[in-house]
Amino acid sequence: MSWDWNVVDDFMPRFWDGVLVTLQALAIGTLIAFALGLVWALAQRSAQAWVRWPVVAVTEFIRNTPLLVQLFFLFYVVPNFGPSMSPLTTGIVGLGLHYSTYTAEVYRAGIDGVPAGQWEAATALSLSKGRTWRAVILPQAIRRVVPPLGNYVVAMLKDSPMIATIGAFDMLGEAQAFSNETFTTEALTVVGVAFIVIAYPASLLIRALERRLVR
Amino acid sequence: MMTSEFFTTWFLPGVWVTVQVTVLSAALGAAISFGIGLARGSQFWIVRFLAGTYFEVFRGMSALVLMFWMFFALPLFGWQLVPLWAGVSALGLTYGAYGSEIVRGSLAAVTPAQKEAGIALNFTRLQRLRLIELPQAWPEMVPPFNNLLIELLKGTALVSVITVADMTFAGNLLRLGTNETTPVYTLLLVLYFVLAFVITRGMRLLERRAKAGIGQLPAKNGRTTRKPGARGESLQAGSQSAGGMG
Repeated sequence: MSWDWNVVDDFMPRFWDGVLVTLQALAIGTLIAFALGLVWALAQRSAQAWVRWPVVAVTEFIRNTPLLVQLFFLFYVVPNFGPSMSPLTTGIVGLGLHYSTYTAEVYRAGIDGVPAGQWEAATALSLSKGRTWRAVILPQAIRRVVPPLGNYVVAMLKDSPMIATIGAFDMLGEAQAFSNETFTTEALTVVGVAFIVIAYPASLLIRALERRLVR
Repeated sequence: MMTSEFFTTWFLPGVWVTVQVTVLSAALGAAISFGIGLARGSQFWIVRFLAGTYFEVFRGMSALVLMFWMFFALPLFGWQLVPLWAGVSALGLTYGAYGSEIVRGSLAAVTPAQKEAGIALNFTRLQRLRLIELPQAWPEMVPPFNNLLIELLKGTALVSVITVADMTFAGNLLRLGTNETTPVYTLLLVLYFVLAFVITRGMRLLERRAKAGIGQLPAKNGRTTRKPGARGESLQAGSQSAGGMG
């Protein structure tokens, strides 16, 4: 066994670059997942079957196939007939798209959890459809879904190193490059510890949020 | 194009490797789930603490980083793992941590009166667990375990990164060799979806049998398990139809 703190010191500047990229991917990926998930959830409740079925099929397909292969697909196949994106952009789009199918389920459960009386009250007050959603249903649904959404942010954080496989320089990408250049492995250990150090407080935070919001 | 030779030498064995990795890491994960899940309900605080630490560490860890670490860094500590086993251990350890939460949760959800009845009948702890708590907790565990198994199947794609020749690895080989990407990655996605579908069907069957298993106990039938569920469903159906109106 050999552990060299000097190697760790050398790795540190690149480690922080990697942390920035990971957090950036996580932040934008989360925004995409939250927004797109809501779109999926609303489309799945649409009255038109031709809207509902394709959305259900697509989200089921994306949720049941590996993110890694989806990333390869976005990075190597999509440019054949569509836009070609940088590794980081591809990774962010992939993460956001993949997790949007999970958040869609969370929103769906949250919306189903709003009591029927709320819908009826909105109808009785003759609120428009948009007003019913914006002022009555979603504010109550979102409150319930914050903790499970938070869990998916943590899950996304743990899946984010996959974007290193298509060449993005997140924490794992930096560690891999550094290890290959210097023939050392300390960088990988540092990144592994960093994930626990970031994920554990995050899950504590979500548990606290859960206690406050869900009563 | 994908030649038939490539197909039989790389792709089909790759599918088989994916199935193997899934089964092996599911077995390891199940063992860890039950081991850690039971330990987290132990009467000794030190056992609870150690199991809880395991849970937090491996739940916080990224499976891919763990896999890399086992593949590249562990050999320096003296253990050289075959790539397949590095992948299987990383997946099993990670998903076992998630599974332990399922086991702990559904054991905790067994009515306290059931445990007390076991104590009153002078059952030992092991007897209580084997004859009373696990049979009732098991049907509750199956659906979340199904979700976890699908996650695990998707996780097996990661082993291709540490040179295990699963089907994703075969797909990458083909890309490097021919630059032909559209058919192979589409096929890969479809194959994973089919495997996930097969798993879900199998687990549904298991769930039905597990539910029937406790349904045969006359005292439990209908009274404790079915009614709350039925009420919840009718409530949901009501809100859904109202949703259509609004």
